[in-house]
Amino acid sequence: MAGSPVRKTSLWLVLGGVAMFAFAVFVMPPLYDVFCELTGIGGKTAGRYEEQTVAAVDTERTVLVQFVATNNGSMPWEFAPLEYSVRVHPGESRAVKFYARNPTSRDMVAQAVPNVTPNNAAQYLNKTECFCFNQQPLLAGEEANMPLVFFIDPKLPESVTTITLSYTLFDITERVANSVARLN
Amino acid sequence: MAHGPAQGITRWLYTTNHKDIGTLYLWFSFAMFLLGGFFAMVIRAELFEPGMQIVKPEFFNQMTTMHGLVMVFGAIMPVFVGLANWQIPMMIGAPDMALPRMNNLSFWILPFAFALMASTLFMEGGGPNFGWTFYAPLSTTYAPDSVNYFIFAVHILGASSIMGSINIIATVLNMRAPGMTMMKMPLFVWTWLITAFLLVAVMPVLAGAVTMMLMDINFGTSFFDAAGGGDPVLFQHVFWFFGHPEVYIIILPAFGVISQIIPTFSRKPLFGYSSMVYATAAIAFLSFIVWAHHMFTVGMPLAGELYFMYATLLIAVPTGVKVFNWITTMFRGSLTFETPMLFAIAVVVLFTLGGFTGLMLAIAPADIQYHDSYFVVAHFHYVMVAGAVFAATGAVYYWLPKWCGRMYDETLGKTQFWISFIGFNITFFPQHFLGLAGMPRRYADYALQFADWNMVSSIGAFIYGASQLLFLFIVVQAIRNGRPVSEPKTWEGAEGLEWTLPTPVPYHTFTTPPEVR
Amino acid sequence: MLSRAKPLVMRLLGTVLLLPLASIVCAEEGSFWDGLNMPRGVTSVSRQVYDLHMAVFWICVVIGVVVFGVMFYSMYAHRKSKGAKASNFHESTAVEIAWTVVPTLILLVMAFPATTALLDLYDTSEADMDIKITAYQWKWQYEYMGEGVSFMSELSTPESAIYNSTPKSEFYLQEVSEPLVLPVGKKIRFLITAKDVLHAWWVPAFAVKRDAIPGFINETWTRIDEPGVYRGECAELCGKGHAFMPIVVNAVPEPEYNAWLAEKKTAMAAERELASKQFGLDDLMVKGEEAYNRSCAACHMGNGEGIAGVFPALKGSPVALGAIEQHLDVVINGTAGTAMQAFGGQLSEVDLAAIITYERNAWGNNTGDVVQPVDVLKFKQGREK
Repeated sequence: MAGSPVRKTSLWLVLGGVAMFAFAVFVMPPLYDVFCELTGIGGKTAGRYEEQTVAAVDTERTVLVQFVATNNGSMPWEFAPLEYSVRVHPGESRAVKFYARNPTSRDMVAQAVPNVTPNNAAQYLNKTECFCFNQQPLLAGEEANMPLVFFIDPKLPESVTTITLSYTLFDITERVANSVARLN
Repeated sequence: MAHGPAQGITRWLYTTNHKDIGTLYLWFSFAMFLLGGFFAMVIRAELFEPGMQIVKPEFFNQMTTMHGLVMVFGAIMPVFVGLANWQIPMMIGAPDMALPRMNNLSFWILPFAFALMASTLFMEGGGPNFGWTFYAPLSTTYAPDSVNYFIFAVHILGASSIMGSINIIATVLNMRAPGMTMMKMPLFVWTWLITAFLLVAVMPVLAGAVTMMLMDINFGTSFFDAAGGGDPVLFQHVFWFFGHPEVYIIILPAFGVISQIIPTFSRKPLFGYSSMVYATAAIAFLSFIVWAHHMFTVGMPLAGELYFMYATLLIAVPTGVKVFNWITTMFRGSLTFETPMLFAIAVVVLFTLGGFTGLMLAIAPADIQYHDSYFVVAHFHYVMVAGAVFAATGAVYYWLPKWCGRMYDETLGKTQFWISFIGFNITFFPQHFLGLAGMPRRYADYALQFADWNMVSSIGAFIYGASQLLFLFIVVQAIRNGRPVSEPKTWEGAEGLEWTLPTPVPYHTFTTPPEVR
Repeated sequence: MLSRAKPLVMRLLGTVLLLPLASIVCAEEGSFWDGLNMPRGVTSVSRQVYDLHMAVFWICVVIGVVVFGVMFYSMYAHRKSKGAKASNFHESTAVEIAWTVVPTLILLVMAFPATTALLDLYDTSEADMDIKITAYQWKWQYEYMGEGVSFMSELSTPESAIYNSTPKSEFYLQEVSEPLVLPVGKKIRFLITAKDVLHAWWVPAFAVKRDAIPGFINETWTRIDEPGVYRGECAELCGKGHAFMPIVVNAVPEPEYNAWLAEKKTAMAAERELASKQFGLDDLMVKGEEAYNRSCAACHMGNGEGIAGVFPALKGSPVALGAIEQHLDVVINGTAGTAMQAFGGQLSEVDLAAIITYERNAWGNNTGDVVQPVDVLKFKQGREK
């Protein structure tokens, strides 16, 4: 019964199905990331700001930048910004610090995940230096003041007056150990 | 072997006959309907009164999850595949499905998938408890160990659906009798053709979603885990990219059934055949570009909310065209109200009510209040139960006499309709009130002001549940002792190739293609 | 059961008889609609949403009446039993175009106010105050940003009421250990995030519902017009305690709010003072039972037996019977990769000490150990380098 037209149709459909699977696993996640970076959906910030040209400081405007620190799940570290908020002019570079302390008797590794609200401000918050670019290892009982240097692009939409930059601290000790184990 | 079925269990295990496989699908889906219904009864019994009486909250969550999964993937989708298997070859004048052996395989892996999924309920830590939408990270980092079996089961049933769809498309595109042009095909065939394309497009996306979950859980990737640079919201986007077309996968074949039944009992051709085809295609297309209306509270940018609101509102247009066409088909017809017609009319009315609440849900600012409340539960049960399940029930009443040459008991059929109709509305209409008053969905227990309507809803659910046992009785009685019927047309107004065949339909039909004018 | 049967019947009858009438007469009053319809709420956004909801509802009612009117007419007039003969018309391009265009126009009419409301909702002008809301399995943490005030808000309905061995209070499952106190008339910005899984913070009276997502921060805002107590719920499935993490907001006039804030700061300082005090075993056991039921019983259960395969039992467990140091470590720092949170930052030293003492002595775990708040404090600070 399965003559050649049937086989041809089926083959095309199987290929289509496989293509959609590949689309879901290999295309959608990176595509979503690109989309996020372009539009600020999800409030994700870009990586290190590398451009050398420095934008002119817009002293006419002041933007309130707030810092929020959250520990995810059972992450036991003490983690907080040293300043809760700063007011900056767009274009002006500002350095702030976050305090972290590992109160446990274990050496641990953390990853801070940045996020910005409102969403449409994410692409205008440029970080030239951030502890979130790297993993943060702290020995048992160790503490650290972790740096963040940022400036706000003067092209920030007029409607935005307050930007909240949130860091969520994840315990990735086990994840790091696992991937090291896998490498060996 | 050439002329009749084999005897005994091997007939069913090895069968490649589209009618046998259709029967298997129908019985399997009914069994799953009863299982999912049993889970629903547990849910409604627990919610009968405030306080935890029957189950623990963690088991309650497994019940809501399994109810959704079993009903969507085990009951509603297979019942329409069963109807497609029976009807499509007969409606287009084909001797069988294009890929009979794959047809057998696609059915027989289903019971395995659901046995695996149901068995997780007995595992340590329990079965899936993260809702049928299984949002990460509740379904990944925080899931019970049994989640791996759940993922495997979803893979299997996805494979089954894809094989079934490929078969349907291959059959419709290649096996039509001479003269059966595309625009002469009955609407049931058209809606299934479009549904099958939707399935081939989105079931792999679901498979992709669970595969990514599997990798996150077991292989240290972080698609959905913010710790490794992933995003739990991405899961929702991927899920609803599958999930929104999925709801049309469920409802389009139901539209097809209604488009067969209403003209028959109106004794008048379907109004606006070609616009029905175009409307179906338009709905299918729109279903791909509206997914994030399930996520209005997730924190999307303004532009996103506006786009998804406008696009969603657009779906009302082709859906409206369908409803108007059905009603115009009835207008100035010569109407009788046998059981299938009663179910079809109920679908038109209740599905439209579900459509209205859908329109309300599409309004993004108002959705802030409706989202994840019982209003949504009421909405999608009006669409899924009063739309798809009522249509499938009507379809069985409509075609059963043709399939087995025996008539069901009309009085009992009408009784079953009215019990279902009343029970359904008592169950789900008050849920609109509950949702608007502020009761969130998937709650194991609730505050006292929700007590009255929950009790009403539970009573309705028990009535509706009982009506399904009556349905089982009616069907079994019809098959065993029903009044024999032999004229090719069971129904006076029925049109189409299947009604030119002898009643009951022989095991093999259209071994020589019919001539279609 | 019996006591509620009567009002149920009455309300049902009332609804059936009065609904059509009431919907016309009392639409604005809201007394009858209470419990049937969406609340109008106490913010400009909630009223806008309500009006939108009612407008779309009435448009749907009108469409429904027309469409079903035609259908029921033909079901009555065109039935075969009355001798109706079927006509044969089955196509009309003009009609098809008409019922494509007309609904499109109706949709445009709906989309316009919806867009306006959405724009208001996305107002990002500077707020008067910011509240950070952190969702946990299964409680909320409220932080008054810049004020140094922060506390947990947990369900205060006792387990015995949930399992029907004691009567249910008026606000069963809608009462919390400590409500969120907010001033009226101020623009309040909520910054919402989650610790573990997804949650959603929903207060119907404000028309505020926003998902709480781990690793991500969401914002929304409100300005409450009337003082009062407003109750809400978690609206995103978050595990077994989903139905048991209510929200209570106490909206008060500004002076009252300021007084409350000052008092709260004093109370928090006093609690820190208490950490240096010594407590007796009985005292700690009483405090411990209360704190345990609030913060631990959701998982480890009131009887300390946990849930097999999901949450470990504490009764007879090696942690509760083993070294105090390890017990402190688990409770204060949590256990990585499990649902066991780090309670060190959530609870006061007194509560932590009481809970650990309770766990070591309840349900037959009769170790006789007494853990003092000072021990907790020492443990927390112990690993200074």
